[in-house]
Amino acid sequence: MSKQNTPPRRMGHGPMGPMMGAGAKAKNFKGTMRQLMQYMRPYYVKIITAMVFAVAGTIFMIVGPKISGKATTALAEGFMNKINGTGGIDFDYILQIIVFMLILYTASSIFSFVQQFIMSTVTQRTAYDLRRKLAAKINHLPFRYFDTNSHGDVLSRVTNDVDTLAQSLSQSLNTVITSVVNIIGFSVMMLSISWQMTLVAFVSVPLSLILVLTIVKHSQKYFSRQQRYLGEVNGHIEEMYGGHIVMKAFNGEKRSVEEFDGYNKKLYGVGWKSQFFSGLMQPVIAFVGNIGYVGVCIVGGYLAAAGRIEIGDIQAFIQYVRNFNQPITQMAQVMNMLQSTAAAAERVFEFLAENEEIAECENPVEIYDENGNCKLQGQVTFENVHFGYHEDKIIIHDFSMYIKPGKKIAIVGPTGAGKTTIVKLLMRFYELNSGTIYIDGIKTTDMLRSDLRSLFGMVLQDAWLFNGTIMDNLRYGKLDATDEEVIRAADAAYVDHFIRTLDHGYQTEIDEDSNNISQGQKQLLTIARAFLADPKILILDEATSSVDTRTEILIQKGMQKLMENRTSFVIAHRLSTIRDADLILVMRDGDIVEAGNHEDLMKDNGFYTQLYNSQFENA
Amino acid sequence: MISLMIKYLKPFTLSVIAIIALLFVQAQTELALPDFMSDIINTGIQTGGISESVPKAIRQSEFDKLLLFMNEEEKAALKQSYRLVDNESATAEEKESYPKLTDEPLYLLDTSEEMLGKLEQYTAEPSLLVMSFDQLAQGENSTLDKNSEEAKKITEMLEALPEGMNIFDALALMSEEQRLEMREEMSAKLTAMGDSTMQGAVAAFIKSEYEAIGIDTDALQNSYILNAGAKMLGMSLLSAVCAVFVGFFASKIAAGVGKHMRKDVFQKVESFTNAEFNRFSTASLITRNTNDIQQVQMVIVMFLRIIIYAPIIGIGALLKVISSGASMTWIIALVLAVILGMIFTIFMIAMPKFQIIQKLIDRLNLVMREFLDGMSVIRAFNTQKHEEEKFDKVNTDITKTNLFVNRTMSAMMPMMMLVMNGVALLIIWVGGHQIDAGSMQIGDIMAFIQYTMQIIMAFLMISMVAIMVPRAAVAGVRVKEVLDCEVSIQDPAQPKHLDNKDGCTITFDHVSFRYPGAEEDVLHDISFSAQPGKTTAFIGSTGSGKSTLINLVPRFYDVSEGSVTINDLNIKEVAQEELRDRIGYVPQKGILFSGTIASNLRYAKEDAAQSELEFACEIAQAKEFVESKPNTYDEEISQGGTNVSGGQKQRLSIARAVVKQPDIYIFDDSFSALDFKTDAKLRKALNELTEKTKATVLVVAQRISSIMNADTIIVLDKGRIVGNGTHQELLKNCSVYQEIAYSQLSKEELENE
Repeated sequence: MSKQNTPPRRMGHGPMGPMMGAGAKAKNFKGTMRQLMQYMRPYYVKIITAMVFAVAGTIFMIVGPKISGKATTALAEGFMNKINGTGGIDFDYILQIIVFMLILYTASSIFSFVQQFIMSTVTQRTAYDLRRKLAAKINHLPFRYFDTNSHGDVLSRVTNDVDTLAQSLSQSLNTVITSVVNIIGFSVMMLSISWQMTLVAFVSVPLSLILVLTIVKHSQKYFSRQQRYLGEVNGHIEEMYGGHIVMKAFNGEKRSVEEFDGYNKKLYGVGWKSQFFSGLMQPVIAFVGNIGYVGVCIVGGYLAAAGRIEIGDIQAFIQYVRNFNQPITQMAQVMNMLQSTAAAAERVFEFLAENEEIAECENPVEIYDENGNCKLQGQVTFENVHFGYHEDKIIIHDFSMYIKPGKKIAIVGPTGAGKTTIVKLLMRFYELNSGTIYIDGIKTTDMLRSDLRSLFGMVLQDAWLFNGTIMDNLRYGKLDATDEEVIRAADAAYVDHFIRTLDHGYQTEIDEDSNNISQGQKQLLTIARAFLADPKILILDEATSSVDTRTEILIQKGMQKLMENRTSFVIAHRLSTIRDADLILVMRDGDIVEAGNHEDLMKDNGFYTQLYNSQFENA
Repeated sequence: MISLMIKYLKPFTLSVIAIIALLFVQAQTELALPDFMSDIINTGIQTGGISESVPKAIRQSEFDKLLLFMNEEEKAALKQSYRLVDNESATAEEKESYPKLTDEPLYLLDTSEEMLGKLEQYTAEPSLLVMSFDQLAQGENSTLDKNSEEAKKITEMLEALPEGMNIFDALALMSEEQRLEMREEMSAKLTAMGDSTMQGAVAAFIKSEYEAIGIDTDALQNSYILNAGAKMLGMSLLSAVCAVFVGFFASKIAAGVGKHMRKDVFQKVESFTNAEFNRFSTASLITRNTNDIQQVQMVIVMFLRIIIYAPIIGIGALLKVISSGASMTWIIALVLAVILGMIFTIFMIAMPKFQIIQKLIDRLNLVMREFLDGMSVIRAFNTQKHEEEKFDKVNTDITKTNLFVNRTMSAMMPMMMLVMNGVALLIIWVGGHQIDAGSMQIGDIMAFIQYTMQIIMAFLMISMVAIMVPRAAVAGVRVKEVLDCEVSIQDPAQPKHLDNKDGCTITFDHVSFRYPGAEEDVLHDISFSAQPGKTTAFIGSTGSGKSTLINLVPRFYDVSEGSVTINDLNIKEVAQEELRDRIGYVPQKGILFSGTIASNLRYAKEDAAQSELEFACEIAQAKEFVESKPNTYDEEISQGGTNVSGGQKQRLSIARAVVKQPDIYIFDDSFSALDFKTDAKLRKALNELTEKTKATVLVVAQRISSIMNADTIIVLDKGRIVGNGTHQELLKNCSVYQEIAYSQLSKEELENE
């Protein structure tokens, strides 16, 4: 499991602007969208309300030009009247129109505000739900899932994908609603003024649609290439910076820069094209829009001259034409955006649909009495256990063993021999392929997972601490422990003194990567945590090389004390410390090859003996 | 940031100038468009396509009527400018253009541009007078108010006329003074109508005259609209072409700047020493070389396409508005103030929240990462609920803040729309009064609305950019920091060369070292000598300075005091490349690059033969696992070497050093991921090799078993040498060493020795 899980940051959309941002495509667009709709069902009432407001707001906005056209007509007529000497401008009438329009526009603004307000609520709530579900899901996934999926991947689903989903969803929903209403509304209004002019205006629509689609297609092609090359450049940078010391040591500077140049040039080649194509959209659309506009002017002039249309109508119509292309282009962009919505949604739903851990058994055995005291002693039995991380590769064959309570079992073997496998099986992180593990004669599968795991305490080398005070971290072993209990546990683990030397004592914050305390001290803290939890069975991971001598002695003392009267499984790296173990399990290539105490194993003169002697071989 | 931009834009000066020129043209065309529209409406539609203010042709009778109201100078000018044509003298072409030529002779306009200007003034009032008389004579409404004194006078006159006598005949009988006096009176009235109204009236006069002559005025109107429309299309095509070219240059420039900057930063960072790497941190350097440069690239595009354009068009539109003479400029000032106020308020509310959101996202990531990394612990302690609650808290916080910001922002667009629409209404209202005062026409109002929108848009663009630029400027500054950073280790001007004799003796002479900016030395007064063919090992607890010490040899850092020499030559006097050519370095973490196993091994020696690779792998105990891979030496290594185990990585990076067959080996705790058996075998093979090749070996280790057979063991404690000797010697006389030894090996094992 990797520890450095920085979420793969979306490498900036580049200078593209968000509209071209569809880098990823969903495998199953329709299905995912349907699922998303399903998911938003609780918000249907809100969404429909928002739609009604959107429709109302847009209609008001659409009617605007038609009415303000009347004001223009009134002005024009008044003007002609003045020329012809029959009167002047009817300002009362115009004022009436303006006031009416002002009311209309204000109402329209309020409506569209309410609509956006509701929609942002809906999308944010959806994002919240999704994140919550994802987090809960993690707790129900079997460990097996994480063998094949990196933490970074999961992390990016919870953060990036949900964010993308929320943002693109609210934007595209808003745009789809208003665009559709706009297109219909504009058409109706235009037709109501003059069908001839409408016809002329419509001619430009397919043209702009074709152009938009062509440009989108091209720019997407370059965009996805740009993303790929950007990935290569960034990959090389990350790799070379990560391995800087090796690069330096082997004089690889020139080679590295040369390779970089290659990637960089490729990126430049597609980068500017991608940028250029996406920038084409706006001027091209503007030009096509102008064609329709001039056409309308010509026909409108003709109709006005023939006295079949009022001048204000032409003005209104011109405004409709100017705006008509806008929703169409927006729709094209939204289709694009929905692609990335779908891609993000798909990844989220995929994760939510992963198979969960096998359900708890129906009538779990109660292992605690009424007072909350554990009824078990910590006796462990393995019976014909078979296990493999993959079905076709069984690594533990028919393992059986009876372990008395309070005994010390050591697990040894070379690196990568699978020493932690046994531990994972004991705690039921993985399911057995066949066979049974019993604790005090009770099948582990007959207990609740939480009960089973409460029997164990873990002190791992990869000490896991979280952001928070030392007190909080220790209390993790027993969430309802008092401060005194925590301090007593720390004292037992020989870490109380160290904690008190820190600036803020028990209230010292452990930072993000826990860099302010050393590896060894972290392990001491986890020992204290285990003391607090007071488990029946212990799982210990020996400290390794990265710990300095004095701390190491403390760790060993702490562990010794912790192991008193508890069944303990020790994952050992040094053979010297485990000679007194009651049972030594020798592992090799994932399999248990030998088992017994030190003397027996030495007598057998097998792999253990070989391992044991190898550390004293003369180098 | 600015100096950085200037430096990188310099190679593109010509393109930038081209862009500015193109943007000017584009702005001109964009600004001209509303003018064309206003022409189409004012002239094309409103006045029936009559764009001239002096008739091109006029009937003889009407011409004579005009003369009635003119002084001598004007008469002369008029007569001089028109030529009389009758049915006989007319050309066929003229006959066709003016069908009514058969009934009456016509005066055709035939004069200079300059004269036209004068004629316009001379004819305007008389033509309106003639029109009024005509209209009154025919009992129609006229430009003059029926109840006005003048109108009454004329009506009286008309009534007094004898039967069959034309009013103009009567007027002709009057004295010229009388007639001019009449004109004077009317002109005062007409001036009150305002210029634009008068123009419209003149156009109406001309139009009716054309109709009388038999000219097809409808066709005239259509051709006018078509003409103006064609010009407008031409303009908009020009504008589109400009925009496309601007886009072309801008994309090339931005991508070009990005390319150069990315390369410069990369090259710079590759020359960095560990000191600079520590100063910036690897993650930060990666971000600076990738995301930050992307940001800068984005700003350049914005700069070239928006920041330059917005003021050009904004100022252009403002000039248009001012030159239109409409005294409505205050409306623009008002609306800009309102919009600025709105943007400012909204951002004052939302901006601080943006920062909070960023922090919350980090927090969300952090909690999630802990959640994932600590999964086994969480499940072991059964604290899933506790974790979910913790996550839920951040989730709720982020949702709340997001909601607040989104809701605030959702007020923005509707408010903007309201302001823009409101402004249009205000312009119509104020403009209506201007029309009434005769200083504007309807088309002008529409053009004014459009110019105002252009100004607002330019303003909005600038304010949006103003919000984005500071964020990107941060990126620029970060890039600049890298480029400006002085590399602390430089090659000497005149490098000396290491001799080629067998073996390198490395000597530390009173070396002290302190990290840049640190308060205390990491190493104090270190002196020792490492001999060819021998292994010198370093041991000590964490923080004792062992890794730092061996990193001084390849000059990853330079000593603060004292000197490091190889065969008596100070390594500072040697070129870094030459020095490192002698060294086979094996880092603590087995760092591999993406590629194949072979390409990784050849990283040390590009032309290494296959047999050399195999030999190196054999020494490093890697041969077995390499050859068990499906593609053996051509097996792919993924980025970061994630597809091989830690121990394998370490063995491959040892093999890599062996391929080089260097004079000096440096192992920085390079055996930690190996099990005892492999470790022992590897050390044995390596030992045999280095003894044979007379290589100097420096080893840092944590495990005593890895080094207890070294020729010399140097024990470090808090940066000082506290022991120097063989394992046995140190066991006897070095307490620090004893402590380490007893913690790792049982008494019995130690006695086994």
